[in-house]
Amino acid sequence: MGALNALIAVCLSYVALLFLVAFFAERSAMRGRGGWLRSPLVYTLSLSIYCTAWTFYGAVGYAARSGLEYLTIYIGPSLVMVGWWWILRKLVRIGRSQRITSVADLISSRFGKSNLLAVCVTILAVISATPYIALQLQSVTLSFAVFAEAGGGGQTVYTGESTALWVAMGLSLFTVVFGTRNLDANERHHGVVMAIAVEAVVKLFALLAVGVFVVWGISGGVSETLNRIDASQLGQWQVNGGRWAGLIMLSAAAFLCLPRMFQVLVVENDDEGHLRTASWAFPLYVMLMSLFVVPIAVVGLDLLPEGSNPDLFVLTVPLSQGQQGLAMLSFLGGFSSATSMVIVAAIALSTMVSNHIVMPIFLRMTGGSASVSGDVRHVVLLSRRVSITAVVMLGYIYYRLTGGGEALAAIGLVSFAGVAQVLPAMLGGIFWRGATRLGALAGLSVGFVIWLYALFLPSFGPGFILSEAALLNGPFGIDWLRPQALFGIAGMDPLVHALLWSMMLNSVAFFTVSVMTFPSPLERLQGAQFVNVFQHSGGPRSWSGGVAQSEDLMIMAQRILGAAEARALFQREAARQGLRGDLPEPSPDFLENLERELSGSVGGATAHAMVGQIVGGMSVSVEDLMAVADETAQMMEYSNRLEAQSREVTRTARQLREANSKLTRLSVQKDAFLSQISHELRTPMTSIRAFSEILRDSDGLSGNELNKYASIIHDEALRLTRLLDDLLDLSVLENGQVNLNLRHGHLGDLLDRSVAAAAASDDGRRLRLTRDTATEALSLHTDLDRLSQVFINLIANARKYCDADQPTLEIRVTDHGDLLWVDFVDNGSGISTDAQDVIFEKFARIGEPRVGGAGLGLAISRQIMQRLGGEITYLRGESGAAFRVSLPRAAMAAQ
Amino acid sequence: MAKKVLLIEDEPNIIEAISFILSRDGWQVDTHSNGHDATEVVREKMPDVLILDVMLPGRSGYDILRDLRSGGGTETLPILMLTARGQNKDREMAEKYGANRFMTKPFANSEVLEAVRNLVGV
Repeated sequence: MGALNALIAVCLSYVALLFLVAFFAERSAMRGRGGWLRSPLVYTLSLSIYCTAWTFYGAVGYAARSGLEYLTIYIGPSLVMVGWWWILRKLVRIGRSQRITSVADLISSRFGKSNLLAVCVTILAVISATPYIALQLQSVTLSFAVFAEAGGGGQTVYTGESTALWVAMGLSLFTVVFGTRNLDANERHHGVVMAIAVEAVVKLFALLAVGVFVVWGISGGVSETLNRIDASQLGQWQVNGGRWAGLIMLSAAAFLCLPRMFQVLVVENDDEGHLRTASWAFPLYVMLMSLFVVPIAVVGLDLLPEGSNPDLFVLTVPLSQGQQGLAMLSFLGGFSSATSMVIVAAIALSTMVSNHIVMPIFLRMTGGSASVSGDVRHVVLLSRRVSITAVVMLGYIYYRLTGGGEALAAIGLVSFAGVAQVLPAMLGGIFWRGATRLGALAGLSVGFVIWLYALFLPSFGPGFILSEAALLNGPFGIDWLRPQALFGIAGMDPLVHALLWSMMLNSVAFFTVSVMTFPSPLERLQGAQFVNVFQHSGGPRSWSGGVAQSEDLMIMAQRILGAAEARALFQREAARQGLRGDLPEPSPDFLENLERELSGSVGGATAHAMVGQIVGGMSVSVEDLMAVADETAQMMEYSNRLEAQSREVTRTARQLREANSKLTRLSVQKDAFLSQISHELRTPMTSIRAFSEILRDSDGLSGNELNKYASIIHDEALRLTRLLDDLLDLSVLENGQVNLNLRHGHLGDLLDRSVAAAAASDDGRRLRLTRDTATEALSLHTDLDRLSQVFINLIANARKYCDADQPTLEIRVTDHGDLLWVDFVDNGSGISTDAQDVIFEKFARIGEPRVGGAGLGLAISRQIMQRLGGEITYLRGESGAAFRVSLPRAAMAAQ
Repeated sequence: MAKKVLLIEDEPNIIEAISFILSRDGWQVDTHSNGHDATEVVREKMPDVLILDVMLPGRSGYDILRDLRSGGGTETLPILMLTARGQNKDREMAEKYGANRFMTKPFANSEVLEAVRNLVGV
């Protein structure tokens, strides 16, 4: 009883000491005096949270059961530390340059700030950490129980659940106090780190002390100890190569992926250079931690009665030798191991839970409005505190529900295998730019499900969710789905089996889906930032301050605002600050003002990032980048819309212009046409009116005159009629409402009739015709009357306009199979080149003496030939006027 | 001595009608039927009144009018313009280039006669 009371007193004093250490460290850090806090040694010691109660107590138990296999748990992390140059250095650099706060944040940032991924990693981390926290509580409880037994037999006051609960509450309190004192942007907790460094020293010292006691106090020296080892069954353990390799890999993976390890390795890292020290100091530390494990195990097995729990040898061996003080120290070592792990794990997990689950929900519920006001810090702190308590309590509940597992080491390995599922996404993310969000999601889910099914659930033993039958024969008797012999591969160690399948399928899914999917722009950007982190981020930059900074700001502002405006802005500010020259101090007011000015040009997020880059000397965060990307996307979208609108407007304007010019053209044509019609109608009417008035008003006209004037009136009346006929004809032809009367006929006959008809309107001029009737012996299928109209027009034109002394018209027919050419060539002086272009237009009458006709004949002929599927053209290169009528032998049906 | 009228017109029937009307009234009527050399013919014959058609082969009546008004002793020659294109535009052109009278075809014979008489102040 006395021993127990002493133990409680020591415990409380120890906890009080830790509080004090943490408090002073925090205060020094806040006052900027804590240079010693940032020593590589402290960093290395903080890494020792890898050695939890599981390793403190469990390693000995592990050795007692499985010989040297416990070493694998140390070899893995040591390899990672020794090879820090390749992976850790990169992780730390990324963590600093991207302001990464947790494993979940790392994965989500890398894959385009996907909160879904962050939630997955968080859930995975919480599920695999919970048993581990339970394990720590159990170890403290068990070690208490040992003291209680040793102290007074039946005393059970401090054993069991109440101890665990007190411990859990105490740890929550400590973590809340020092883990959420303030919200540092970098998530660094100097007080906590200092406390766990102290604890690291205590646990190493305790374990070494017990070891020294065992070797020199009990066995009597090194050689005697070695003899004992040789004599014990531990010496005969066979090394299982596969399991060793698997465990080394597993512990290395867990070292990188465990949230608490990531917290101390990356998030709490102050200086990349510390890794260099830690790369040898940490392996040294774990080597010392493992040095006496085997001796203690062997001696424990020797000294203590059969059936004693080897997990507690570190405690029970000194006790059995009556070494209360040493046992007390050993207890403190174990206590330190347990508490440091729980504290850091709770901080790491609460950061993840709060940042990726609680805060997004809160922000969504408040509509995101709180994100701009100041009170969000308060909410974050509260959510962190609640999360810490929840995480620790989850561990406690797990402990209560399972009643404490038998072997500490087994739970640890199951946890390791769980968090190791993050490894493919993590390594892929920092080394392979092709890795995508969907790939990471696929890999994580596949690995997580297999781990859950093949390792986590079976670890509870038969009857918990998975029935005994399902464990032995597979669910529903499906053999290849047996949890511990997936796909029919039986006979493997269950851990190696689950690890192999989960990691393999995880990697395959990650790789395959990544290759098949396409990263979003933000993912691509983040991928480049992560993979090429050494090119993107220089070393940590110092805050240069003062005028040099203002100059940088000025240069940037000039680029964005334009030289004159930027200089004016800076000069105004300098004047306001009472400084000479044009470079003001970069006061907060001025920076805010500048940012506002810049955001007018480049958007708020970009402006913030730019000013922050220069003034803060820190790199741009993921949030900044995302906001910049969003802004850019919006601007591009907006500009695309504007461009589309402008194109639309341009097109409409062009269409309007075209329509307008077409209308203008039509209007001009219409005016010209009306003017022409007017002229053509008024001219004969003028003669008719004039002569009818003469006939009416003039007395004494001779019979000859009477006759002549009456004839003129008659002829002009006929001319009017012809004109109207032609106009109507043309109108019908042009509107296309023409009914073709297609008939079979003979070309020669048609020409004969046309010549005769043209001669009927003979005005007295003689026209000689030259024809080759043999070539005219061709049959036709067309509108014979219309075609004849064209021929008559051409013959009449020749008669009217041919200016030769002996006018001759040659009609030549050429047969081209389906196509006929009928050429009309006279021996006159022809038509001038200018006129050739217009003769087919309406009223395009040329030639000097007017010989009747309104100038519509060729226009009508052209329309007719179009209807008949042929054409009429002027033949160049002949001496006289020459027209070619080309027409198909069989005209198409009316169009 | 009879006053001289020069008629520049390309439609034979209209030439015949106007010649008949003016001759009967005692005018000496000369005619010319194309636009090419119309200006020269006018300056050579120097009539008391000129009747000018607008649509002439070779040269437009407006061009001839402009030439006549630009010099050569015909600046004040009384000119009656005739046209079959009865649009306002034509009347404006005729006034602009300095025609004394403008008439649209078809016309009443008496109108032409009266117009010619008025132009020489008979």
